[in-house]
Amino acid sequence: MFSEEKLNKVKEIIARYPAGKQKSALIPVLHLAQEEFGGWLSAETMDYVASLLQIKPIEVYEVATFYSMFNLKPVGKYVFEVCQTGPCMLRGSDNIIDYIKKKLDIGVGETTKDGLFTLKTVECLGACGYAPMMQLGKHFREHLTPEKVDAIIEECRVKAN
Amino acid sequence: MGRKLLFDKAHIEGIRYYDVYRANGGYGSAEKALRSMTPDQVLDEVKKSGLRGRGGAGFPTGMKWSFIAKPEGVPRYLVCNADESEPGTFKDRYLMEFIPHLLIEGLLISSYTLGCNSCYIYIRGEYAWIPDILEQAIAEAKKNGWLGKNIQGTGFDLEIYVQRGAGAYICGEETALIESLEGKRGNPRIKPPFPAVKGLWDCPTVVNNVETLAAVVPILRIGGEEYSKYGIGKSTGTKLISACGNINKPGVYEIEMNISVEEFIYSDEYCGGIANGKRLKACIPGGSSVPILPANLLLKTAKGEPRMMTYESLADGGFATGTMLGSGGFIVLDEDQCIVKNTLTFARFYHHESCGQCSPCREGTGWMKRVLQNIENGKGKMSDIDLLWDIQRKIEGNTICPLGDAAAWPVAAAIRHFRDEFEWHVLHPEEATKRNYGLAHYADPLQIAAPAAV
Repeated sequence: MFSEEKLNKVKEIIARYPAGKQKSALIPVLHLAQEEFGGWLSAETMDYVASLLQIKPIEVYEVATFYSMFNLKPVGKYVFEVCQTGPCMLRGSDNIIDYIKKKLDIGVGETTKDGLFTLKTVECLGACGYAPMMQLGKHFREHLTPEKVDAIIEECRVKAN
Repeated sequence: MGRKLLFDKAHIEGIRYYDVYRANGGYGSAEKALRSMTPDQVLDEVKKSGLRGRGGAGFPTGMKWSFIAKPEGVPRYLVCNADESEPGTFKDRYLMEFIPHLLIEGLLISSYTLGCNSCYIYIRGEYAWIPDILEQAIAEAKKNGWLGKNIQGTGFDLEIYVQRGAGAYICGEETALIESLEGKRGNPRIKPPFPAVKGLWDCPTVVNNVETLAAVVPILRIGGEEYSKYGIGKSTGTKLISACGNINKPGVYEIEMNISVEEFIYSDEYCGGIANGKRLKACIPGGSSVPILPANLLLKTAKGEPRMMTYESLADGGFATGTMLGSGGFIVLDEDQCIVKNTLTFARFYHHESCGQCSPCREGTGWMKRVLQNIENGKGKMSDIDLLWDIQRKIEGNTICPLGDAAAWPVAAAIRHFRDEFEWHVLHPEEATKRNYGLAHYADPLQIAAPAAV
């Protein structure tokens, strides 16, 4: 269940659309739900969102499964989403992905045993001029090098403690 | 220095905030439009300017606006396409992040012209920090009487809302974007009806790219006619180019559309040449979907004329020897890059992003990806190259939306211009996993057919 504050946010989002068009709030509300409920969308969470927006659960499932930013299974506390499309590849993203794999001892799509890190490869995030890069939470980490990756991992470990 | 119209004040500290933006002439164009011009007069200026859609298609903006249906009692909507997802493209991000009021002012003028009282900025979900910047700018504009009810006492009302997507390239296609804004999967709609007649919630809707809407501000400032004097021919005004790949100075540049490709790549004002002293092998000048060109065809057209940074010059020679300006996502490859690998990343991208509605695209993109993977991994056959050609031909033109074409063109162009590199991969699988094909003959001067002797 959302807090009072989050429920008000949902109301505020719904008010952006004409009466009866509250389904338009679905993607923004799913973002809110994912942030609020552990970084992923369980069936229960999706059903809850459906009830909030007065739409059928299936309408939520079909959207949640379409968009790549919605996680449908649990992920680590920190998700490294490393871009691997052409412009990043030209600037060495393959090496960065390999480095993270070795450093964290996980494969793409896997989470470390301590539940801290998940590695995902993603397609172009719009930071081609600052490649190689990854998304970490709300922000981009750009011009990645092995040293920068080390620093980011350390930063996350410190924050987690 | 080239003339600037969008970034002319980008260097001013604090231009992101209302007070600084306003003190430097900001909202002057909106003031002019709302106070002294009718919507039709504004539309005339935009038509005169020759402005073309900056998202990739290059369709004349004034003409697109004139198509909007105006039935009595039905609201009209302006939707700003900030989904920017074409690999190589990151120009709108820069504009929204650093000069958000330029976009807000453009939205205000455009909404006034179209008669819209609600406007939505649909921004790609991954640009997760930018909605805060835009919403702050919207709040500042509202506080100062540029949004909300009875704007500047003119009686015109406008609300602007920011909506985040959630990771889907296809939502950059205008009807998929509208579906997404309605809270659905981003499946493109069959056209007609066009959004201008039946768009968001079945109401008349105009969808324009961020840069297009921002360009309306300088058009009103200097006048449509003056704007049209920038650039060459039908490529009027300035264009934001996001340059990336193996160059010395990747970044976002505003160019007047009258410079050569060579100047753009090699001059210190722009890309600053190829990184690490390497040589230029190839370039994809308009985002991943436009045809890749080898160095020799990039810098000079097949007729031997210098290739210019304009819609027309880049397209000179059609797909046989030309390409497109597209979204301005300028991707440069140096001599060490592998065309097969590069093409594979794009094929994988389009496979990942296909919405799955049309079978040629849904099945074809995955098929091309698998064949390219085989060639890249040294398991390719000579017949695979023709197979790739065949698959892309069967996708192009056979889908509801242009994603199918966008997936087909990069593969077609790579084979058209770099077939010998594909063949080398097939013939030397061992060697191809250890080293790249290199520059080969791709930068050699073209043999231009001499005019027949009389």
